[in-house]
Amino acid sequence: MFDLAQPVLNGILLGGLYALIAIGMSMMFGIVKLVNLAHGDMMILSSYLALVFSTWLGINPFFVLALTMPVMFVVGYLFQGILINRVLGKAMEPPLLVAFGMSIILQNFLLMVFTPDARSIITDLATLSIVVTEYLSISVLYLVNFFAGLLVIVLLYFFFQKSYLGRAIRAASDDEVAARLMGINTRRTYGIAMGIAMMTAAVAGMLVGMTFTFYPHTGPQYLIVAFGVVVIGGLGSIKGTFVGGFILAIAQLLGAYYFGPGIQLLSGYVVLLIVLAIRPQGIFGSV
Amino acid sequence: MNSAPVLRVDNIDVFYRDFQALWGVSLEARQGQIVSVIGANGAGKSTLLNTVAGLMQPQKGMINFRGEAINGLDAYETVAREIALVPEGRRVFTRLTVYENLIMGCYAKRARGNRENNLEKVYELFPRLAERHNQMAATLSGGEQQMLAVGRALMSEPQLLLCDEISLGLAPVVIKEIYQRLRQINTDGITILLVEQDIRQSLKVADHAYVMLEGRVVLEGDPSAMPEEEVKKAYFGV
Repeated sequence: MFDLAQPVLNGILLGGLYALIAIGMSMMFGIVKLVNLAHGDMMILSSYLALVFSTWLGINPFFVLALTMPVMFVVGYLFQGILINRVLGKAMEPPLLVAFGMSIILQNFLLMVFTPDARSIITDLATLSIVVTEYLSISVLYLVNFFAGLLVIVLLYFFFQKSYLGRAIRAASDDEVAARLMGINTRRTYGIAMGIAMMTAAVAGMLVGMTFTFYPHTGPQYLIVAFGVVVIGGLGSIKGTFVGGFILAIAQLLGAYYFGPGIQLLSGYVVLLIVLAIRPQGIFGSV
Repeated sequence: MNSAPVLRVDNIDVFYRDFQALWGVSLEARQGQIVSVIGANGAGKSTLLNTVAGLMQPQKGMINFRGEAINGLDAYETVAREIALVPEGRRVFTRLTVYENLIMGCYAKRARGNRENNLEKVYELFPRLAERHNQMAATLSGGEQQMLAVGRALMSEPQLLLCDEISLGLAPVVIKEIYQRLRQINTDGITILLVEQDIRQSLKVADHAYVMLEGRVVLEGDPSAMPEEEVKKAYFGV
């Protein structure tokens, strides 16, 4: 019984990171019905950015966020403004294809610049852990991941519920035409929303880069994690994303615990299938 | 009233892709007037309003508001020039609260500073909205949603209020109340351009009326001086 505590705890902590990975994709689906297939690659792009900045400047990766977040905001704003906005509102497929193309371009760009070698962002946190009992220890890095995820998601929630701009983004997603009649430049608003989504990807990218190794082609692997999370939690729901992260991560780690590490991914997606069968719109989904 | 027209629509053609919806439509509204545009379904009334508001662009012709050409501006830019549209079908933000809907109305920079003031005015005009302050707009009745749509438009302090079919699908009592409020809004000096299928209400309040048929203006004049027979003929095109 005691040895079950470790995988469950790790699952909860990992779930926070999974939710952070997924939140940017989930919010963009909620706002412009875009399934951003490049989300994982954008995240890995920010892992590389964090790596470059922290190596060049020789500073703590956490301070590097002050650089990568604004850079990723601009990347997101331009991605939405120049590419996605053009094909929006016509049908579901064109934005999907543009995002898919972006994903391929990013992967090959990263491959060209950084070679296919495995990288990771060096941090002291990786070796630290808090020993609770004989059976239970907490990795400090996982703990940081969890609280970073929690913080970002709570901040996003309040941004959308309470700020004027956040409300305007919700209004634009509710009724685009009516929002324009209010004086909201909806195209610009979508750009800002994508910028914010990419800022969450910057945080996720740095944490993923510190926690795991990454390659130019790692993006799709996290895209699938993000998909799993938002499908379980419900597309577009902030609360759902958080819960979805927990469920997917705990399912994975319990699967690994009972049936061996080879089953880890499988058990996560078995749970995903079960949720789909029982509640296709996701736990907090409204569609 | 002989003041100069605030709104002048001059000979506009508007298309939906290949389909021409407006054919050389011209229209004027003077400061402080209520102008009514009537016509059957598909006569191009909504297209006319949407074009003035900037949701659609004329292929030909000019739209002037207070001496400034406003064709070519998007809807979010015409708001800044003190034009507000209450769109057909109300289009309130269903997943936002009544309060949030209203404050979205003053998103335009010019009106933002007066938010509290305007909010108070709207709540005074429609006390029912004040009662429903924190309710999701989706939970309102049709009449309440229409009041919200009008209130939201007023939040931007417009000089010209465009109203598209505001009586559609509402109970007669509610229609009466909304028209009373429109009159009240008008006495504050706001010019109103009304589009309706329902002739009676809108002709009663109007200072000037236009009848549209198949994308053209076929009759105009002072509604009290318009013979009913002629209006009917123009309306149905017989």
